Amino acid sequence: MSTFKQFWLIAAIIGATSASENISAQVQFEEILHAADEAHNWLTYNGTYSSQRHSALAQITPANVAGLELKWMLQNQVFGAWQSNPIIVDGIMYVTQRWNDVMAVDAVTGRVFWVYRHQPTEAPRVCCGANNRGVAVLGDKVFMGTLDAQLIALDRINGRPVWKVEVGDVKQAYSVTMAPLVIKDKVIVGVGGGEYGIRGYVVAYDAETGEEAWKFYTIPGPGEPGHDTWEGDDWEHGGAPVWITGSYDPELNLVYWGVGNPGPDWNAGQRPGDNLYSDSVIALDADTGELQWHFQFTPNDAYDYDSVQVPVLVDLDWKGVPSKLMLWANRNGYFYVLDRITGKFLLGKPFVKVNWSSGLDENGRPMQTPQPAGMPTWPGNQGGTNWYPPSFSPRTGLFYFSAWEDYATIYSPEESQYEPGRTFLGGNFSVLAPTPGAPTIGIGRTNPINNWTDEVGHATLFALDPHTGEARWKYEQFDVSDSGVLTTATDLLFTGGREGYFHALDARTGELLWKVNLGGQIVMAPVTYMVNDIQYVTVISGNAMGTFALTQ
Amino acid sequence: MQRFKFASGSSAVFWVLLCISQQTIAQEMGDHQFTSAQIEAGSLVYTQVCALCHGPQGDLADSVNLRLGQFRSVRSDEDLRRVIAEGGADGRMPAFQLSPEELNAVIAYIRAGFDPEGVAVRIGDPGRGMALFDGAGNCAHCHRVNGRGPRTAPDLSDIGAIRTPATLQLALLDPASAMRPINRPVRIVTDDGETITGRRLNEDTYTVQLIDSREQLRSLVKADLISYEVSQTSTMAPSTLSSDEIADLVSYLLTLRGL
Repeated sequence: MSTFKQFWLIAAIIGATSASENISAQVQFEEILHAADEAHNWLTYNGTYSSQRHSALAQITPANVAGLELKWMLQNQVFGAWQSNPIIVDGIMYVTQRWNDVMAVDAVTGRVFWVYRHQPTEAPRVCCGANNRGVAVLGDKVFMGTLDAQLIALDRINGRPVWKVEVGDVKQAYSVTMAPLVIKDKVIVGVGGGEYGIRGYVVAYDAETGEEAWKFYTIPGPGEPGHDTWEGDDWEHGGAPVWITGSYDPELNLVYWGVGNPGPDWNAGQRPGDNLYSDSVIALDADTGELQWHFQFTPNDAYDYDSVQVPVLVDLDWKGVPSKLMLWANRNGYFYVLDRITGKFLLGKPFVKVNWSSGLDENGRPMQTPQPAGMPTWPGNQGGTNWYPPSFSPRTGLFYFSAWEDYATIYSPEESQYEPGRTFLGGNFSVLAPTPGAPTIGIGRTNPINNWTDEVGHATLFALDPHTGEARWKYEQFDVSDSGVLTTATDLLFTGGREGYFHALDARTGELLWKVNLGGQIVMAPVTYMVNDIQYVTVISGNAMGTFALTQ
Repeated sequence: MQRFKFASGSSAVFWVLLCISQQTIAQEMGDHQFTSAQIEAGSLVYTQVCALCHGPQGDLADSVNLRLGQFRSVRSDEDLRRVIAEGGADGRMPAFQLSPEELNAVIAYIRAGFDPEGVAVRIGDPGRGMALFDGAGNCAHCHRVNGRGPRTAPDLSDIGAIRTPATLQLALLDPASAMRPINRPVRIVTDDGETITGRRLNEDTYTVQLIDSREQLRSLVKADLISYEVSQTSTMAPSTLSSDEIADLVSYLLTLRGL
């Protein structure tokens, strides 16, 4: 018996001395700042603060990409569109699954270290499914926004909650679906609820404590500049959500966010005025949240043209002058180039058929041409493109994004009454169908048979020259695509679509180099990382996350 | 790779251990603990008096789960006695006229987790329990609570919400017999000579995931290991605290409800 006791004691002492406060692998802000040089990791939603989704990894090349093989799969336990974007830190992947689970996964084997499950306190109200697009990391913490509008900080090592804050009131249909953005010592999120008459905002919290640092309302209140773009009390329930992760320019210390649709969605006549800052990009001081400039893509929007695309930041010569630019393919069907220092409009050009506007004036403001009742509007309600993350390759100088072509919607606006927590849509819409009652495109794929066919719309991956807004090449798919894009330093481009193909194209020519049928819709953007000198590419298809690498 | 479990080769060893722990429990129970007869009697009182509102599983009143020891304000046995005798929940629970024997019995039944075969657990003072946790009990040396302390041993931030008082008491008195199998300590030697000790997080046929003694998450391919040992014992020593102190510590652990 005494022998046993001695064993216990020794074991206890060993356990005690080894259990130090030594935390492995802190993720410092400096590392995120230079994420492009840390290509073995994938440290933010879009890889870097400039959101180019371009990796310096070069092991997989056009010559060997056909040798990719599946290394592992992780099956989601909850069905539905799996839109999450994994983060990878030194061989550990942090990914969310429905509803609000965070998993820490070994990026080499796909086996799980821990799972954190958040139980929403109250039934969340979200328009378009229990979506979550991923986490952010800083220091020893992982951050996740939730469907019931909370922000939760987890311990990165053991997955335990460190703090939780209420970002918004779930009873009024506020939610958080985006991956948070970390800047310096703050973690920043925006709120969803544009179909429920919220008043949108972006809010920053101290990453260590969860204490609120600043908050910027995307609809100006009384006395603030822009408030006069609303009438009466429309501003109180005017929507303008922020549900896609923004970008950051550290030199300017500006953080850029795309702002969503005004509410009610389709009845623009019910809310006269430009409705700032709906359908705009806003540039905020990252330390204070103060507005530096804004640019509105679609004033008094009647088509749900959320401007929640990822702001892609590039440094290029513009008409011979080295310039800080922002590239933006908008849901309204136009491609824009903006000066990201001032917000000045430099170029605008439609990339798909557009008939809600006859063009843009010299300031980029659209000349609106509403269609007669019952007539189709191009692009349709899901837009020429949407939230699908684009990519820019500094090597090819091309801007890549998924678009929907030949897709139109017929709108039926109606007067809507605001009620807290209820939908506030302002009417209905239907997708233009080639024959009466034919199936049309929904917001997700639930049928393995594409019974709407390309006659109702189809995907085109654009490789755009930002200087002209002209396509250098296009890659078309039969069905539509909600897939983001990844490019690499070997001029590979990875993307997918609702058909379930994961494919690699030559980023210079658009030539198809490799494809695999994963059998489930791809509604996120692929990521790449390296562990032990092996480059991996990860994609989610349907309810499974697959990771590929070259055959050894 | 060889895989073997140390301290599990002989079932005799295990039984010796169990006997020691049984004896320890009996000694630690002291004069104040409830008897099986009381717990049995308490089940009758509960069925006749309490079950109408609290339900057969003790979970029908808001924010209260009697079986798991979850209460709104009650901490100690004295608190329980008072609420039953004087009423509670801002008048929603009436006062009950029970004899001292009946009161003791129903408290015994609640503390035993509604298990007539179970061990009723005495609940002490959570403030003193917290001091013990951080001090003489040495718990904070290995366990983490609400973001403080090491991560090598299981995090206890919500342990009061997921364990019964009886399990917590057992974990203090005889850690090895209360330990969840996944938490068993592992000792691994890799084929490049590294020795890794830690706590298991996940395992399958070909790989194992663990948190090592330096708080690093490690995922290992079993084919790359020279040896892999899973201990049936615990790195935590059975507590040498007094019966009163154990009651205080259990009381504190029951307050840990997570974020």
